[in-house]
This record gives sequence, C-alpha cells and structure tokens, in this order.
Amino acid sequence: MQFESILSVITANCAHVAPVVDENATPKIVIISLHDLKKVCQALYAHTDAYFDMLSCITAIDNGPQSATMEVIYSLYSIPYNHNVGLKVVVRRDEPAIDSVCDIWRTANWHEREAFDMFGIKFNGHPDLRRILMPADWVGCPLRKDYQQEGYYRDIKIEY
Amino acid sequence: MKGFLDQRFESGGVIITTIEDLTNWARLSSMFPMTFGIACCAIEFMSTGTSVYDMDRFGMAPRASPRQSDVMIVAGTVTFKMAERIKRLYEQMAEPRYVISMGSCSNCGGPYWQHGYHVVKGVDRIVPVDVYVPGCPPRPEALIGGFMKLQEKIRQESVVAPKAIEKLMEKKSHAV
Repeated sequence: MQFESILSVITANCAHVAPVVDENATPKIVIISLHDLKKVCQALYAHTDAYFDMLSCITAIDNGPQSATMEVIYSLYSIPYNHNVGLKVVVRRDEPAIDSVCDIWRTANWHEREAFDMFGIKFNGHPDLRRILMPADWVGCPLRKDYQQEGYYRDIKIEY
Repeated sequence: MKGFLDQRFESGGVIITTIEDLTNWARLSSMFPMTFGIACCAIEFMSTGTSVYDMDRFGMAPRASPRQSDVMIVAGTVTFKMAERIKRLYEQMAEPRYVISMGSCSNCGGPYWQHGYHVVKGVDRIVPVDVYVPGCPPRPEALIGGFMKLQEKIRQESVVAPKAIEKLMEKKSHAV
C-alpha cells in the first residue's frame, strides 16, 4: 500500500481546502482543514484501501500568541497494511474548537481530554470532556505558551 | 550454651529503666511504615524491604492501612492532585506518627522545581516532615540511614517534659 493511495482517499474527502503534504515528517503528515477532519477520519477508518483502525496518538501544539494558531496532530496506524500516516489540523488559538473523533476511535476519548486539559482545545461531540491529568478545580491550561502559574492551589504555594 | 540474656537473667533479674526509655525503645524498634509509594523512589523503598536490605531487621514491616502505621515514607513526586490524598492519609495515622521524605522530589520538588507546574515543591508544605533522605532516588542504604536517623530522633523523645512547649514558653518570656 502506497502513500499516494492514502492521499487520494484523503483528497476525495476534503471538501473545503485541498490537503497539503509535509514531506519532511516521518511518517508523512497531511495537513487538512478542520472542517474536513471528521469526514477524512471516517474515510481513513473505513476505506478498504486505508483501513486505519488504530489511533496511536493525538498531540496538540501551541504556536504562541504571535502566530495565534494551535495545531492538533493525529497519528494513525493501519494494522492490516502496516502503514502510518499523520493528520494535522490548524485551529484558531483564541477559541480552539474541533470535531471529536471519539465515535470513530474510542482511544480518542482520553487523548482529547488530555489536549483539552493541557491546551484548552474544545472537542465538539466529546461524550465526557473534562480534565484528565490536572485536578478538576485547576485554573489555566499549563502547556499554553502564555500560561501563568497561579500563586496558590488550595492554600499550597505553587512557586518553588 | 546459654544465650546472652539467659546468662544475665537466669536468676530472675530485674531491669531498671525509665518509662520514657521503655516506650521510646518500643517505638523505635517497631516503626511500621505505610505501604505507600508514589513514584520511582517507591522502587527503592521496595528494594529496602527485600531480603538483601532486610527492612524487617529494624522491626519495620509495611502495613496496608494508615491506621496501623507509625511512619509514612513519602517515596516519590508529590503532585497537587496527590497532595490532598497524602494529607488525608497522614491524618488517618494514629499518633505518634512520623514522616520520612524520601528523595529530591518530595524534599523540594527535585527536577520539577522550576517548570513543574503540577508538583508540590516539598511535601513539608502539606505535612510535617521528621527526616529528609536526599537522593534521586536514594539507594536503599540511604533510606536505611534515614530510618536510623528517625530512630535517633525517637530515642530522644520525652513523654513527661513537653520540650516544644517549654521552648515556646521560653521564647515568649524572652519576647516579653
């Protein structure tokens, strides 16, 4: 199975913006629009040429206040074809929201909760979107570039 | 051949001691730690319990409940989420209770001191600590050193004279 055939599956399902391929990434990453994400994921999961039945990881990146964007990267793996591919979606930084892929891969549930916890990215359609690592009453998203620590958490000083 | 104690007390001897020495000796000879580990230091804590290092020779057998334990060994990174639980476990222990802070993380935050937004910079911010054991992680020998330091501390304890209050009163009288 070749990367071209995966790309053709992705291209066929991109209604908004044509996909861009990052050739330097290993495995290759396809940058798509966030409006196409759900449809592309569904196609990659179900298409007989792709059959990406495993979601290895969801990673989020904060590009900082200057660029005003965040990126969400999905690492997909096809067990029958032994093939990897990455999907990258760029979201706005001021109000990051993206479709949840929980109903396609159940693994996504906790990964999306982690991205929500660390970056504050909202996943529309997630069944249980709440913090997973930090305490429920924690203030702020720790992995954002402009994160400022609170002074105290429940009367415990945070600073060294 | 008779043992040391048999030779000494075979004619029904009497031991004279103080109640303090007796209780202190009993306490320091059976410091039951709580079976409780939070991070990689717990692995060294477990090694300390193995036959190689033999924690049991100090009369230290890990207990599965805070209500039966005398010593809490905080073995690992204390996160803010965990802090509440540690405080709660400590409060459940019967007095007299002791805390050994094991390793850099629970001493002062360790490698997370600067960027560890989730780490409590020292378990002494939530519970009082008796002995700090440095290391990352400390070897079992170091932890045993910590046990012996704690034994030393217990040996000096007094049930009749509340030294801490005496010191406090002294301070107060100086202030006046």
